[in-house]
Amino acid sequence: MSTLALTLDDSATMLRRNLVRAVRYPGLTVIVAAMPIVFLLLFVFVFGGTLGAGLGDPSGGRTEYLAYVVPGILVLAITGGAQGTAIGIAMDMTEGIIARFRTMSIARAAVLTGHVVGAVIQTVVGLALVVAVALLIGFRPDANAVEWLAAIGVLALTSFALSWLSVAMGLSTKTVEAASNVPMPLMLLPFFGSGFVPVESMPAGLRWFAENQPFTPIIETVRGLLTGTAIGSSGLVAIAWCAGIALVGYLWARRNYERRPAR
Amino acid sequence: MTATAIAVRGLRKSFGAKVVLDGLDLTVPEGTVCALLGPNGAGKTTTVDILSTLTPADAGEIRVAGHDLHREPDAVRASIALTGQFSAVDDLLTGAENLRLMADLLHLGRKEGRRRAADLLERFDLVDAADRVPSTYSGGMRRRLDLAMGLMGDPRVVFLDEPTTGLDPRSRRAMWDVVRGLVADGVTILLTTQYLEEADQLADRIGVLDAGRLVAEGTADELKRLVPGGHVRLQFSDEPALHEAARLLGLPTPEAAALALEVPGDGGVAELRTLLGRLDDARIDVAGLTVHTPDLDDVFLALTGRPTPEEVPA
Repeated sequence: MSTLALTLDDSATMLRRNLVRAVRYPGLTVIVAAMPIVFLLLFVFVFGGTLGAGLGDPSGGRTEYLAYVVPGILVLAITGGAQGTAIGIAMDMTEGIIARFRTMSIARAAVLTGHVVGAVIQTVVGLALVVAVALLIGFRPDANAVEWLAAIGVLALTSFALSWLSVAMGLSTKTVEAASNVPMPLMLLPFFGSGFVPVESMPAGLRWFAENQPFTPIIETVRGLLTGTAIGSSGLVAIAWCAGIALVGYLWARRNYERRPAR
Repeated sequence: MTATAIAVRGLRKSFGAKVVLDGLDLTVPEGTVCALLGPNGAGKTTTVDILSTLTPADAGEIRVAGHDLHREPDAVRASIALTGQFSAVDDLLTGAENLRLMADLLHLGRKEGRRRAADLLERFDLVDAADRVPSTYSGGMRRRLDLAMGLMGDPRVVFLDEPTTGLDPRSRRAMWDVVRGLVADGVTILLTTQYLEEADQLADRIGVLDAGRLVAEGTADELKRLVPGGHVRLQFSDEPALHEAARLLGLPTPEAAALALEVPGDGGVAELRTLLGRLDDARIDVAGLTVHTPDLDDVFLALTGRPTPEEVPA
């Protein structure tokens, strides 16, 4: 087999291992899906009436806010998944089996790739649950099949990028507790962007940050695909951010993995 | 016995300012067992970590299974297995799944993977436990599964880092049998241990490691000859018997309060028979007898002139 084929084969083996682990230890997946669902219900039913009225449309209210907030909640769910990934790899690193993998002649990136791809699958399953609850409480997107696929693609790409970053974060910490704290700021970013309220309603400095941080174009792209708002250049900017974050995360993760003390 | 499985020259390693290995030389011929004996903090685990490619060395020439460790780490990895004191099994996968994971990573193919896994489960007495997760295993079973996972790749060199630390005596003996079986198959073994008895039971040659240097090397018998610690302790029921025995054996009268006498010797059966025969002939009643054989502390004291250091976190 060629090097690439071996890498893919080993990564697939590691992915199978991670998926079995996710099924046998479902706590993390449940938390990752439950948190955004709680936020969805909280923002729609508690804050939604008032926030919806502020969106500008005279017919606005809870229903309009539900349509507005779902993309933000989905991205929030991805950041929650990233936190789960950081915890997962930090837990894995505390076990001797990683040392065993490193004494075996297997593709060096396979362990990390298995974690990342497993995390993306786990996150996409979590996102499906969030969308199901949103549909149940009255979310009515006007997306066609192609737009749905594109939205899933953007969300999966975002999850891929954040997974590499969170794998790197998980590897850079010494304890599982620290690994759960480091990705916390990521979970705040959707709030300091267009996730929950329009950036136009923010004061100047914050608005500048909100317009230029990576989550805003991602949220705007998903929102446009699902509910038909203007996307403009957001799509390309979102993809560029994801590619950049994925690359930085990948390089950082590789470096941390190689440098980590033996056991 | 011509080829060399492990050849180490001038191995050095420091963690920050702490020198862990200070110019270690080690040669292990193919198909033999070498034991590295030493207290915690002597550099045993670091040596194994370096030889198994987990930790880079600061300096030194290392060849394992015929490959230069620095230049061809993957060729080394393909020929070795490591079983550490920290169990390297996946706790969420069953025993059989753990072995299958190894088979997949070794690209053995479905049929061969299953055959080797079944074979090892049988050999290590894990058939009944194959479909359970390792958290339900005893310490000895975990250790055996751990070793079985390493053996899936049919390694030529096996590193055993304190393979029986923390095991009960029965599991320890079972592990020793497993190791003997490996040796019979021609595998080269480098094992680290804190127990002289373990080195004695398993190793062809023993290296005593202290503060990152090899302070002695030889067979178990050669090492024990360096140690004056062996003696037989005789217990008497009254003082006259004690004095009489001391006179008979030509020993200075000791510890009257303890009513005990320490007779130097290795505690061998012939020696004991002679000793007791002499006491019997003189009609001296011996109330009790204990044989004290040299242990790691004695070897260590004899070789370094100081007792084993207090436990240092590895």
